[in-house]
Amino acid sequence: MIRVVLPHHLRTLARVGDEVKLEVNGRATTQSVLDALEARYPMLRGTIRDHGTQKRRPMVRFFVCGEDVSHDPPDTALPEAIVNGAEPFFIMGAIAGG
Amino acid sequence: MSGVRLLVGTRKGAFILTSDEKRKDWKVDGPHFAGWEIYHVKGSPVDPNRLYASQTSAWFGQIIQRSDDGGKTWIQPGTAPGEPTTTPDGMPKGDSNKFVYDVSPETGKRLTTHMWYDGTQHPWEFKRVWHLEPSLTDPNHVYAGVEDAALFESKDGGENWKELAGLRGHDSGPKWQPGAGGMCLHSILLDPKNPKRIFIAISAAGAFRTDDGGKSWKPINQGLHSQYIPDPHAEVGHCVHHIAMHPSRPETLFMQKHWDIMRSDDAGDSWREVSGNVPSDFGFPIDIHAHEPETIYVVPIKSDSEHFPPDGKLRVYRSRTGGNEWEELTKGLPQRDCYVNVLRDAMSVDALDSCGIYFGTTGGQVYGSSDAGDSWNAIVRDLPAVLAVEAQTLP
Repeated sequence: MIRVVLPHHLRTLARVGDEVKLEVNGRATTQSVLDALEARYPMLRGTIRDHGTQKRRPMVRFFVCGEDVSHDPPDTALPEAIVNGAEPFFIMGAIAGG
Repeated sequence: MSGVRLLVGTRKGAFILTSDEKRKDWKVDGPHFAGWEIYHVKGSPVDPNRLYASQTSAWFGQIIQRSDDGGKTWIQPGTAPGEPTTTPDGMPKGDSNKFVYDVSPETGKRLTTHMWYDGTQHPWEFKRVWHLEPSLTDPNHVYAGVEDAALFESKDGGENWKELAGLRGHDSGPKWQPGAGGMCLHSILLDPKNPKRIFIAISAAGAFRTDDGGKSWKPINQGLHSQYIPDPHAEVGHCVHHIAMHPSRPETLFMQKHWDIMRSDDAGDSWREVSGNVPSDFGFPIDIHAHEPETIYVVPIKSDSEHFPPDGKLRVYRSRTGGNEWEELTKGLPQRDCYVNVLRDAMSVDALDSCGIYFGTTGGQVYGSSDAGDSWNAIVRDLPAVLAVEAQTLP
């Protein structure tokens, strides 16, 4: 079970709490996690990845185990701590404060 | 009992204001979609309980919301609560947010470039929906004006959107350029007498008209004069801020341009200036009295760099002569130290016997008049910055 933490705007849109849990079929990658997330919560399609290109939206970033993986190839395998649910996969709006 | 419902879009959510026909006491409901920018909310003229809302974020993109009960509850079309979230073959749904430019060989146009601020060419990129215009005859049919400028339509209640690509594909497309707010298609007027005729306006390209239901488009900017572009009389490139039409006279259009208030009596084929005696002919909204097609309203703003009322006095100007001769309307509006703006979609009229007129400000006030502008009251004072106001007259 993979844990995903969504930014506030997407929590209200998907009507979920701080964190969602997902079953990911096959190898856990950024792409497969997002595929599973959008399959479970279709209202999130287009909010994280562009509808047309499927690329990450410019002001959205992904973090795993304290590392920014936003610019990694989307089929890069995620760490075991993400796969076994010890650590969540963070989706964040690219803003630090203000 | 009849009444009025105001659909208010703000920088941080939507609000619904309702009153009976006296328009004295208002109920404020909201925020809906708190934290999101709501560029526009509009109801179907056929079914006033059918509302469409554009919910948007620079971070998270475009969401379309729909209500079938006058704004009490909302759904994203195609992902209604209780419905399966996948198609029979397991593919996710949720296509209601999907605005993809049509580049198909059958109906689309090649995705080319438009002019950027610095004069270079820049790729077309979808950013958000500025304006939603429900059809005059079918509640499930709705148009969307988007940034970067294009026109989309949905015929299934907002579930699927298809671009009317002939507009973006017009030969002049590479000359279109963004205004300060982006390259937005912000005005959509549907001709009640000719279902094949639609008027739209883009900042900063100008106004366009189709007479074949959206397949082909013609720039209708003859008579516009814009000193801030290299050729002040160019076919396109004018920063049109808003256009308005009275349903009884669809040949007559009124325009608030970047500078200049304009009028056309031949469906946009030619325009003439009717700015007359307004203290500034810069502004954003323009609207028309529900029962008097020659009575029009604007809110003068000081200049294109100083987006606030001249002299700190918030004044609506009304012309009962279709332009040129204007009277200031100030009763109930702040006449000192007022430095708010009124954005292009933030003015609307109701259709009660004594026409009501409403506008929202970037300071979060929504002002209303139940006597055609003679006197005003603040319906609510402290909303987030108001982006759009639409009035619905309820039976």
